[in-house]
Amino acid sequence: MKSFSNTYIFVFSSVMVIIVAALLSFVAMQLKPVQENNIKIEKMQNILASVRIESTPKNADELFEQFISTSFVLNENGEEIENVAAFDVDMMAQVSMIEAINKQKSLLTERNISPFTKFVSSFIKSKELDKYQVQSAIEKIKSDRELPVYVCTKEDSSAYYIFPLRGKGLWGPIWGYIALESDFNTVYGAVFDHKGETPGLGAEINQGWFQANFRGKKIFDGNTFKSIEVVKPGTVAVNDFNVDAISGGTITSKGVEAMLFDCLYGYNSFFELKKN
Amino acid sequence: MSEKEPLFSSKNLKLLTDPVGTNNPITVLVLGICSALAVTVKLEPSIVMALSVTIVLAASNVAISLLRSLIPPRIRIIVQLVVIATMVIIVDQVLKAYAYDVSKQLSVFVGLIITNCIIMGRLEAFALGNKPWPSFLDGIGNGAGYGIILIIVAFFRELLGSGTLFGYPVLEKIGLYNTGYKDNGMMILPPMALITLGIIIWVQRARNKDLIES
Repeated sequence: MKSFSNTYIFVFSSVMVIIVAALLSFVAMQLKPVQENNIKIEKMQNILASVRIESTPKNADELFEQFISTSFVLNENGEEIENVAAFDVDMMAQVSMIEAINKQKSLLTERNISPFTKFVSSFIKSKELDKYQVQSAIEKIKSDRELPVYVCTKEDSSAYYIFPLRGKGLWGPIWGYIALESDFNTVYGAVFDHKGETPGLGAEINQGWFQANFRGKKIFDGNTFKSIEVVKPGTVAVNDFNVDAISGGTITSKGVEAMLFDCLYGYNSFFELKKN
Repeated sequence: MSEKEPLFSSKNLKLLTDPVGTNNPITVLVLGICSALAVTVKLEPSIVMALSVTIVLAASNVAISLLRSLIPPRIRIIVQLVVIATMVIIVDQVLKAYAYDVSKQLSVFVGLIITNCIIMGRLEAFALGNKPWPSFLDGIGNGAGYGIILIIVAFFRELLGSGTLFGYPVLEKIGLYNTGYKDNGMMILPPMALITLGIIIWVQRARNKDLIES
């Protein structure tokens, strides 16, 4: 074997890395539009599945046009925001807003603050928690929220309202769509998917048997918003407001429950407007 | 195929056929077992995986073979890794664009082609010391040897586990379920892949006594 000088090795490595980087960025840029289209089609298929319409990647576009008659974006007060397309709302940003709101709320109740945080904040802030300030912080975040709604009209002209969901599972994000009947209370269908939950356990949330549990459940008890609880099988009597969790997938199941509550809670004003 | 004699000389042809049979990377060298067990539940992802590995292996073999006199021996493993990783990322991106469903099924296993011992093994053992054309054939041969085992395992696992082939319900169509037959759910689980593979190795060694270690 020939021996190579250190300079040669450095130059060789640098040139190689630069060539590889250029090649990979070129490939990634060329393929990006096609990949984004795939993701878009998958999203359409998920939305259609929540209103029990089976679709294939080929006809998803067509069926989406046919059944999803309108879509709009709401603010927290249930009023329509113009010039924002429901399909393009960044659900990830919405989740961080929900988290920020929940954090501010926990400041008000002071339940979840650890002694350490309390100790530190006693030096930084005034001792009395300024409730007005927290309230206005919440209001400020709320004013930025965008809540997409898709309306599906089926052949028999019955309308269903589809709400996108996004939250946290055990290992990564989970998301889904829930369709309500026109009473804005009864669940017509739900789909969930995940990035990397444990196969056979948490990953079961994207299976039909789990999703079918949600059909016919209710999110309002009288006029109070309840959402749907995911409970350990056998501990609580099955009623309109709970479904069985996945054995071994407790954290993912709880994630689904929290996701349903947090995401649907934002639509509360919209539900009330529609019901009255 | 044989009008260009030097291209497919008997020595070169051996490079293609050996890894499929007597020098098979999975059943004889027992390399690349992990992905062979993981992706063989259904035929379609297995074929895509086999093709991906073959492409990555052939392309990396050619690239390394072309660079073989330029690569400083001291950093050759890193260079090999960079080449393999590049090919794998390209394959992964192409699958995400043109075979989205399959790429979701294969999930991390496309990325894990990088760690497939067959590829590093062939680069180190063959491509570093041979011309591009034999290296290419060696890559295709080893990829095919890997792929054929994947496809055989997947064929039995899909047929006996789900009663389908390429998603087409074969057993239902020939009316086997009416006689009281049920799919064996065990076939879908990884242990049965290992057992199927073991049976293939057994059959191969029973037919070819040279492969039996003393």
